[in-house]
Amino acid sequence: MEQIEKPFETRELSISMGPQHPATHGVLRLALNLDGETVIKCTPHVGYLHRGIEKLGEDRTYFSALPLTDRLDYISSMNNNVGYVNAVEKLFGIEAPERAKFIRTMVAEMGRISSHIIWLGTHVLDIGATTPFLYAFRERERILDLFETLCGARLTVSYPRIGGVRNDVSQEFLDELYEFVLEFPARMDDYETLVTENRVWKKRTVGIGVISSEDAVNWGLTGGMLRGSGVNYDVRKHALYDAYGRVEFDVPLGKNGDCYDRYLVRIGEMRQANRIIKQCIEKLPTGHVMADSPKFTLPPKDMVLKDMEHLIHHFVLITKGPGAPEGEIYSATEVPKGELGFYFVSDGAGKPYRMKVRAPSFVHASILPKLCEGGLVADVIANIGTIDIVLGECDR
Amino acid sequence: MEPLQIAEKIREKFPDEVLDVKEFREQVAVTLKKDRILEICRYLHDDSDLCFDYLVDLCGVDYFGKKEKRFEVVYHLYSIQRCHAIRLKAAVAESSPEIDSVTAVWAGANWHERECYDMFGIIFKGHPDMRRVLMPEDWEGHPLRKDYPVKGPEKEWLGFGAVLERAKRFKEFDWQE
Repeated sequence: MEQIEKPFETRELSISMGPQHPATHGVLRLALNLDGETVIKCTPHVGYLHRGIEKLGEDRTYFSALPLTDRLDYISSMNNNVGYVNAVEKLFGIEAPERAKFIRTMVAEMGRISSHIIWLGTHVLDIGATTPFLYAFRERERILDLFETLCGARLTVSYPRIGGVRNDVSQEFLDELYEFVLEFPARMDDYETLVTENRVWKKRTVGIGVISSEDAVNWGLTGGMLRGSGVNYDVRKHALYDAYGRVEFDVPLGKNGDCYDRYLVRIGEMRQANRIIKQCIEKLPTGHVMADSPKFTLPPKDMVLKDMEHLIHHFVLITKGPGAPEGEIYSATEVPKGELGFYFVSDGAGKPYRMKVRAPSFVHASILPKLCEGGLVADVIANIGTIDIVLGECDR
Repeated sequence: MEPLQIAEKIREKFPDEVLDVKEFREQVAVTLKKDRILEICRYLHDDSDLCFDYLVDLCGVDYFGKKEKRFEVVYHLYSIQRCHAIRLKAAVAESSPEIDSVTAVWAGANWHERECYDMFGIIFKGHPDMRRVLMPEDWEGHPLRKDYPVKGPEKEWLGFGAVLERAKRFKEFDWQE
């Protein structure tokens, strides 16, 4: 019998991954073109969560735009608030008191731990390890509980204020936080035992999604994405905002720029964040937590209820907004995802003329095609996890 | 290098291009003509003293009715090696909202420029993929322009009767027995 050879027919397969997909961490849609298991083309589509925060910010006074920033990177809202108030203070030319600066540094680092820990949990869950996810949420819960004791809110905190923070920390809060800080390194050891030397984990991350240091800088990556490639750039060290000039911490760096190195960098960052919180509690100075500059900060609430002058002052500031000096500033802070920048153009009114949010997630999402193309479709999941994006911040 | 020195250096190299240098809160903004922006950016990136290797941000600003040329494209540059920063601003007129893309210098400009096109309608010449990024592809208008309303038109509530009437009409698409 004669065998007839039939040519094998192959064709490219286009699939749409997301916007409803548990591993895309939100509403990210990737249009993938596959040849077998290899990704030929990857096109990210973002914007599903676009709420026009910049446009809204231009329509509100500087005070009332603060809660909008909670909704940028909603798992580390504290850091966004700190970034926002730092930028506005720079524009106004006022400075928060020392105590407020230390408190801000402290809560920002708490936000960093809670954000990194959720990243760790979900990233390893995507790749197949279920256990660390459960432990990660236990630690995150403690931080959220602490936020609740501090300001009453767990996620959308709006705790920092222009010129300081909303209320002083209580001794009870500090004691609880200190207890957490002492326990946390042991918890980190637990995670590392589960993950760091795990063979499956290493197989899935070492050498995956490699970015060279030149590319990382050229693409404008920041945060763990940049430092995983070995570039030493941390806004906390370069700009020394808040109390970062007065606490000691190291900047963990990677070597190879792959998913595994970025994992190590973020693990290191959590340990450093813990170190910063500890120093902040120990060095916390006494004094006020709001700047004394009546032109730009709201009067104390109890005085508003008692005193006519304060009531008028409050009314004018709330309705007209604080009259910012004319000019433009860009101010950046290091949030868990990378460099969060605010660019304000002020025309002298109580609202910003232009508010631009430089979101790290937006930049990091743009590098996905470079990471994914040529790799396997399974590694797309690892790459989405490693860039650590939050779509609320990406889409704004 | 001090920001004002950087501005001077740009002025020396491109005397006809620099329109204005402004300092505010120790940050220096250099206003430029838009025509040779790519060349200037290339120079800032490659020069060994300046070495602006990191494009922090690129965005548009709409000065509707405030300035002669309506738009400005703002570049925030930083040098990770030299630790200095500068802000460039290029004025773009509404009649020809076009400017050269800087993606050839910084790959990271790609999505920033797409966003700027999306929000202001400024077209970046030489951009590899000039599409909207945040708004849907068929969206009309550019939301961050100052003449774009914050709120949509408010529709009046039709009343409960009208809603029931409408629901009846949609019944025809219901599952047939």
